Amino acid sequence: MKIAVCVKQVPDTWAEKRLKPEDSTLDRESAEGVLNELDEYAVEEALRLIEAQGGEVVVVSMGPERAGETIRKALSMGADAGIHIVDDALHGSDAIATSAALAKALEGRGFDLILFGSESTDARMSVVPAMVAERLGLPQLTFAQKVEVDGSTVRIERQAEYGYDSIEASAPVVVSVVEKINEPRYPSFKGIMAAKKKPVDTLTVADLGLEPVTVGLAAAWSAVDEFAARPPKAAGTVIADDGAGGVKIADYLSQQKFI
Amino acid sequence: MTLTLIERSLPTPKAADLLGLTREIAAGELLPRADIDEEAARFPRDVLRLLGSAGLMSLPFPEEFGGGGQPYAVYLQVLEEISRAWLSVGISVSVHGLATYPVAVAGTRAQQDEWLPFMLSGEALGAYCLSEPQSGSDAAALATRAQLDGDTYVVSGTKAWITHGGVADFYSVMVRTSDNGHRGISCLLVPADSPGLCSAPPERKMGANASRTAAMILDGVRVPVGRRIGDEGTGFPIALSALDAGRLGIAACAVGLAQAALDASVSYARQRQQFGRPISEVQGIQFMLADMATQVSAARGLYLDAARRKDAGLTYSREAAMAKLFATDAAMRITTDAVQIHGGHGYTRDFPVERYFREAKVLQIVEGTNQVQRIVIGRDLTR
Ligand SMILES: Cc1cc2nc3c(=O)[nH]c(=O)nc-3n(C[C@H](O)[C@H](O)[C@H](O)COP(=O)(O)OP(=O)(O)OC[C@H]3O[C@@H](n4cnc5c(N)ncnc54)[C@H](O)[C@@H]3O)c2cc1C
Ligand SMILES: Cc1cc2nc3c(=O)[nH]c(=O)nc-3n(C[C@H](O)[C@H](O)[C@H](O)COP(=O)(O)OP(=O)(O)OC[C@H]3O[C@@H](n4cnc5c(N)ncnc54)[C@H](O)[C@@H]3O)c2cc1C
Repeated sequence: MKIAVCVKQVPDTWAEKRLKPEDSTLDRESAEGVLNELDEYAVEEALRLIEAQGGEVVVVSMGPERAGETIRKALSMGADAGIHIVDDALHGSDAIATSAALAKALEGRGFDLILFGSESTDARMSVVPAMVAERLGLPQLTFAQKVEVDGSTVRIERQAEYGYDSIEASAPVVVSVVEKINEPRYPSFKGIMAAKKKPVDTLTVADLGLEPVTVGLAAAWSAVDEFAARPPKAAGTVIADDGAGGVKIADYLSQQKFI
Repeated sequence: MTLTLIERSLPTPKAADLLGLTREIAAGELLPRADIDEEAARFPRDVLRLLGSAGLMSLPFPEEFGGGGQPYAVYLQVLEEISRAWLSVGISVSVHGLATYPVAVAGTRAQQDEWLPFMLSGEALGAYCLSEPQSGSDAAALATRAQLDGDTYVVSGTKAWITHGGVADFYSVMVRTSDNGHRGISCLLVPADSPGLCSAPPERKMGANASRTAAMILDGVRVPVGRRIGDEGTGFPIALSALDAGRLGIAACAVGLAQAALDASVSYARQRQQFGRPISEVQGIQFMLADMATQVSAARGLYLDAARRKDAGLTYSREAAMAKLFATDAAMRITTDAVQIHGGHGYTRDFPVERYFREAKVLQIVEGTNQVQRIVIGRDLTR
């Protein structure tokens, strides 16, 4: 089985995120870059599948030079090879352009399964997996809390508010996963060492056969016109309990429409 | 949870990656559980398995048997970071190394091939059994008997204070094979499931309660001669050389604990207001913090110096004793001051410094009391 996992480098979840004043894009230098958390689950699932059934895992990421660290992280967990789409022309790409680039990189490489996280922690649009599936003309099994591969049939449990739906499709398919699916492993010291020797191909916009004018900030279908920093937290309301404290708290909660 | 980054001098990019992995696991798995498991006195076997599969249980041992092939100067810094997040786990890693040491250093090739892979993967957890109820500092007075019966030793006696006692998978046991003083001691590798081997109930300790300590009782335990490590009568030098290396481990554990106490104190002092300003702006507090930080750095420097000597193949017994003595005394002072800086809060279980203070004490006692370290240093100076 040949599995691709699309992974995104995002700013550390705990770090304060900032936009750059010059072009209103995310300032990716100001915080440590980490592997998007849900993508770790996708990598883990891929590794478990090939540990059980044999095969190969290739991680694919689009991002600046330092997104290479994120690819290495996935390789140190146990993935076999990486594809890094890196090109200045891609800076500021929207989901449409991102999905175009990923689809081109994935196309024609014989993947049976293409795994995604279901959402990034920075832009949080939760659309890239569906867009990639559409571009590749593949079935999409999204929001999986469980994945089973049985020959060429891929079955998932799709997480839903009422429980889950069981859905299946024939490989090749696109699957996006939710965090309930597994518990990602830590890399090992040996894994980190081995990762340094694993192959990572880099691809540019030209390599992908895309026109530079169709990607990047200028080509984005929506634009950020203006932004403002989040206002600092206001001081809280103190209610002194003079016997009617409970009533006052209830009043406050109902004013705020909590009750 | 996060741990502030300590900038370290590391010899290779490999070592830097290793420290990065350690910090990730420390922040993700150790810090969030330390308080809870200490309070419940729960031994975290699962955490040690995780460290084993990450390759952190066997860093200073040869790669050909599954070890990490790292110099002591790197291994000890990993141990320091682990202990900074959770001392009991640091002690476990150090003691596992102590228990593995005899086979790794004095075992035959066949013994190494057979046992080292399990020991080094962390699948099998080790214990080191030297102390007895009547022989602590005077370890050579040990009385546990091993009587040869054909090609099997029959072992009877009691080993006291055994870290991992009752939870280990193998025990490296120093036994008496003749009455010839310290020349009558041999080292045996005893599997946990040997008939006649059992543990007493865990000791009820002042601190480090997630680290299991219990006496081990050997009652006619049969151990094949093939499980003797080294020649008969060479057990004591093996035990002492394991302790030289082990002491460096305890020094690194102490530095990690002291660093944690310092971190907690700096952050509390910046946030606690008295007389209309943070107490961190009071010179009296700043001077305490400055002294604490200086001692942490000095202790780190001492263990690294001893480790680099070991890595370079120089003698390091005296330097290891100095590092253990200084680092553990410093950890006791620093954790005491950390409680002081926290005021009344420092005396409660709501803040970690109370626990650090109780934990520091044991480090002045184990692997040779600090009086014994002075004996080692003094003898080396005057021989
Ligand atoms: C401050 C800010 C401003 C933005 N401005 C615009 C804008 O003006 N116009 C606009 O259209 N969009 C804008 N975006 C969205 C940005 O383009 C998205 O980061 C990008 O489209 C990917 O979408 P996502 O991260 O929401 O992916 P999601 O759909 O949430 O991600 C799901 C999964 O897709 C995969 N994936 C996503 N991105 C990658 C990648 N680069 N490489 C590999 N796998 C990937 C991962 O598996 C991920 O878990 C902005 C984002 C931010 C943070
Ligand atoms: C939590 C814990 C875990 C331990 N784990 C292990 C383990 O895994 N394996 C193991 O073998 N042992 C272990 N020990 C035992 C430990 O090594 C001994 O407690 C230590 O060596 C001291 O021995 P003792 O307790 O018998 O004290 P004693 O030797 O009785 O010492 C009592 C006091 O007298 C002092 N003293 C003794 N002789 C002299 C002297 N000549 N000059 C000056 N002062 C002296 C000592 O410094 C001490 O202050 C552990 C102990 C503890 C508390």
